[in-house]
Amino acid sequence: MKLTLKVWRQKNVNTKGSLETYNNVDVDPDMSFLEMIDVVNEQLIAEKKEPIAFEHDCREGICGACSMVINGRPHGPQQGTTTCQLHMRHFKDGETVVIEPFRSASFPIIKDLVVDRSAFDRIIQSGGYVSVKTGQAQDANSIPIEKGLADTAFEAASCIGCGACVAACPNASAMLFTSAKVSHLALLPQGEVEAESRVMKMVDKMDEEGFGMCSNTGACEVECPKEISIENIARMNRAYLKASLGSEK
Amino acid sequence: MSLTGLFLCTFLIVHLIGNLQLLINDGGKAFNAYAHFMSNNLFIQVTAKGLYAMILLHAIKGFLMALNNRKAAGGSRYAVSTSKNASWTSRNMALLGSWVFIFIGVHMAHFWRQMKWGELNMMNIDGVMVKNLYEYISVAYENPLIVAFYVISMIMIGAHLWHGFGSAFQTLGINHKKYTPIIDGFGKGFSVIIPGLFAAIPVWMLLT
Amino acid sequence: MGLDAKVPPGPLEDKWTKYRSTMNLVAPNNKRRIDVIVVGTGLAGASAAATLGELGYNVKAFCFHDSPRRAHSIAAQGGINAAKNYQNDGDSVYRLFYDTIKGGDYRSREANVHRLAEVSVDIIDQCVAQGVPFAREYGGLLANRSFGGVQVSRTFYASGQTGQQLLIGAYSALSKQIATGSVKMFNRHEMLDLVVVDGKARGIIARNLLTGKLERHAAHAVVLATGGYGNVFYLSTNAMGSNVTAAWQAHRRGAYFANPCYTQIHPTCIPVSGHYQSKLTLMSESLRNDGRVWVPKKKEDVMAIREGRMTGGDVPEEDRDYYLERRYPAFGNLVPRDVASRAAKTACDAGHGVNKAGLAVYLDFAERIKELGEDTIRARYGNLFAMYEKITGENPYKTPMKIYPAVHYTMGGLWVDYNLESNLPGLFVAGEANFSDHGANRLGASALMQGLADGYFVLPYTIGQFLSTQIRVDKIKDDTKEFEEAEQNCRKRLQAFLDVKGDKSVESYHRELGLIMWDNCGMARNEQGLTEGRAKIRALRDDFYKNVFVPGTQEEFNPELEKAARVADLLELGELMMVDALDRAESCGGHFREESVSEEGEAQRKDKEFTYVSAWEYFNQNGDPTLHKEELTFDNVELKTRSYK
Repeated sequence: MKLTLKVWRQKNVNTKGSLETYNNVDVDPDMSFLEMIDVVNEQLIAEKKEPIAFEHDCREGICGACSMVINGRPHGPQQGTTTCQLHMRHFKDGETVVIEPFRSASFPIIKDLVVDRSAFDRIIQSGGYVSVKTGQAQDANSIPIEKGLADTAFEAASCIGCGACVAACPNASAMLFTSAKVSHLALLPQGEVEAESRVMKMVDKMDEEGFGMCSNTGACEVECPKEISIENIARMNRAYLKASLGSEK
Repeated sequence: MSLTGLFLCTFLIVHLIGNLQLLINDGGKAFNAYAHFMSNNLFIQVTAKGLYAMILLHAIKGFLMALNNRKAAGGSRYAVSTSKNASWTSRNMALLGSWVFIFIGVHMAHFWRQMKWGELNMMNIDGVMVKNLYEYISVAYENPLIVAFYVISMIMIGAHLWHGFGSAFQTLGINHKKYTPIIDGFGKGFSVIIPGLFAAIPVWMLLT
Repeated sequence: MGLDAKVPPGPLEDKWTKYRSTMNLVAPNNKRRIDVIVVGTGLAGASAAATLGELGYNVKAFCFHDSPRRAHSIAAQGGINAAKNYQNDGDSVYRLFYDTIKGGDYRSREANVHRLAEVSVDIIDQCVAQGVPFAREYGGLLANRSFGGVQVSRTFYASGQTGQQLLIGAYSALSKQIATGSVKMFNRHEMLDLVVVDGKARGIIARNLLTGKLERHAAHAVVLATGGYGNVFYLSTNAMGSNVTAAWQAHRRGAYFANPCYTQIHPTCIPVSGHYQSKLTLMSESLRNDGRVWVPKKKEDVMAIREGRMTGGDVPEEDRDYYLERRYPAFGNLVPRDVASRAAKTACDAGHGVNKAGLAVYLDFAERIKELGEDTIRARYGNLFAMYEKITGENPYKTPMKIYPAVHYTMGGLWVDYNLESNLPGLFVAGEANFSDHGANRLGASALMQGLADGYFVLPYTIGQFLSTQIRVDKIKDDTKEFEEAEQNCRKRLQAFLDVKGDKSVESYHRELGLIMWDNCGMARNEQGLTEGRAKIRALRDDFYKNVFVPGTQEEFNPELEKAARVADLLELGELMMVDALDRAESCGGHFREESVSEEGEAQRKDKEFTYVSAWEYFNQNGDPTLHKEELTFDNVELKTRSYK
């Protein structure tokens, strides 16, 4: 089948970008979306042109490197799917596909479809860990954890840090990402000890990084490739409220 | 946003109960007595100041939030915009809120100003002379344009509540597998029924 | 020249404990003055950097990704082994040690493997304390499952994303140290050269991938935790960015590369679907706990399936060949990876493959779904099944999965001694990048174990042996001639790629290299194929420097240039693999030489001739690498023919 692509091309952070059109792109329905871009790039290289820069690595939906918005939707139209797992059988012959980078003031564009998501790292550095040093741990089975609780923590922990939540949110809010980490750790007894200071530090850092405020549109939950629930946001709101009311600062 | 919003929801109920007296077929006696009470009772007057503060607070916070979020999103965003991942109302709370804010201004200039400072005819209820606001409203609601404006505004309020009611609970950290569907259902009902009844009053008065 | 592995004396089970307690230490006030570079922040690198930072060293950590959390350790699915014996099924440190030695086909170092088994239990404790959400039983205690090549349940897991959860644990420990300032993190930086001063590793040249600037970083010691080199096959389960460059540049600077021919072909991957294929996706080995592997017995059924007239489900029970259960009744579907992969190849070579290309076998869950119900199977493998369906468009709850082996892991790597130090003093190598613990074949769920063992519990101690001799050495300067030479060298090398201005893409060379490797140095190897393969790679390499096209410049974000440098190194590594595979004229583990088989057609080791580690020195002027041998001695286990029958 043949597709028309409109791809965001931008030389670097300081230049203005625009959509460029690529007609008659030959596509096999069994290809992944990224393999389709590979084909376009091979063609561009053959024409001695700059290939489309895009971030990708594991190509199996776990590293979180993909950062494309496909026809207005981060990671494209399929539920619970990253761009690398999206296959061309979900598109129609002759369709026009618009590909843009994740957009948010906190994710500056580096080139074409590549954006800088280091703000996420800084949010984690502000408190997204359990303060245990190597060697300090007790036996792994000394604290039983109720299975349901462990499963809920796992679901929150399945976040791959791709940033689709920010890209989807009309407010470019990073609440889903932050709350997933806050929830993952706060739900487990190991992380509960620091839960209050953690939520304060991480939320403050998130705001400092310039992400927007949550207005509960729920777009993040819909676009999250790991289908992380906004229940986590409510949990974080609750924890933040409690922590800030009890805080002496 | 959530606390002020929910407070304003409770105000809507009180306001609606008062307004429904417009429909009592007694020539405005009950309504005017109610309006008189509302304008002269000390407790109500204090509460009303609080209410205005809440409205302003809600509006200012909403405005600042919209401004902040616009900046965070980085201006105009995607060439293709989608409506598939979030409801229209949730995406347009600032727009809806602005309409509602303007409506409140117009509404107060229209009726509340009259009640407070206006030269209305007086009515005797059980020996007390009260302003006949009922008469003034009845006249106004004979104008289809005014009625249309009120009805559209109620739709806007409804849309604002359609997202806002449930959203307030989420913001307060209340999200529960069992209770959230109940809260959301109640919120949807609230956002249809309350503004619906508000809108029904002028329509009813126009038609009868 | 023999290589000294510096294995401490004493009985096997006491070596590590005793050594650890008598090792030289670096006092806290001295640690503050010592700089350590860690390249790579996957499981081994992140855990090492975090732990070294906790100990008080000044750590600089490097990764080429935009965040340490994207390292390819994240993609490990199945689990991590530990000799906890929580299931009371007779597991012990010794048994894990023995299984690993046997699974590695007696080509690994006893002392290293025993240490690995010992610290495995600490890893689980550490990870749970960090908040890794391992699967649990209803009583709230940790759950386990079985993996190939063993008869106990010792694998801890977090659904099908154990690697991601463990990496997030290590990443959060690293983040904690970054926040305290003890680790300085350099994201989007790629190591392009190792700087050796007076015979010691003293720094690296790293390219800032955003600006293209070449940076000098000096330290008292350098740790490489840069992963494996499976991408030499182009199609593998590795990530697109996985590469050998850091290890290879260290090799060029004098570090020996050990056992490069030991590659693991994973039996359960999604088969190739077309010429555009960019990578292969693994389906966790854990699936073989409940899935049965088979092919149709009758050729007519095979043809009907290939032509789409029939599906796997239509083949009657008696016409199915459950070849693993038939050939290896004791282990059945849970034989080790190398055995399962070769068996699949044998079945497909005999014409029983079930996809269009004839390169797929069935992995069938129908029986277990009937027995346990779809919900139980979904709870165990739900995300894997979903992943399969996304890629193939087929529902594995209804039709059997199609699978085929694919390159997955490389047991070979830079040679290290018991301290994880290479033959270059001050250069330490951890995780998949070293050769140390898996011998000729790695058991499932042991890669995560080894990466974290090296990073959390081995290297932070053993590096002290070297660093304790460095406390009088001042801060290493980066304005010396060695740094200058290395930086210029990198600049020239990169410019050379840009200056070719040919007309073939880097990708096309990589694909071609992959084909040569797969055909000549893949699941089965022979002398002729390897000799031809070596010649082909040399020719391809020559062509690369004449006809490659790399757009852009050095001084900018240029992914094509990054790729060119990586492929150039793979083009050299591929040749070394051929040489090594040619030298090792025996079959062992992942290395199968068609000339060395038993009468039953099973792999045959030649212990008398080949019980050594091949550590190669970089190509000399004649273009030949020099072999150094480390003889392997087995004092605690008897060398047996591996049997899973």
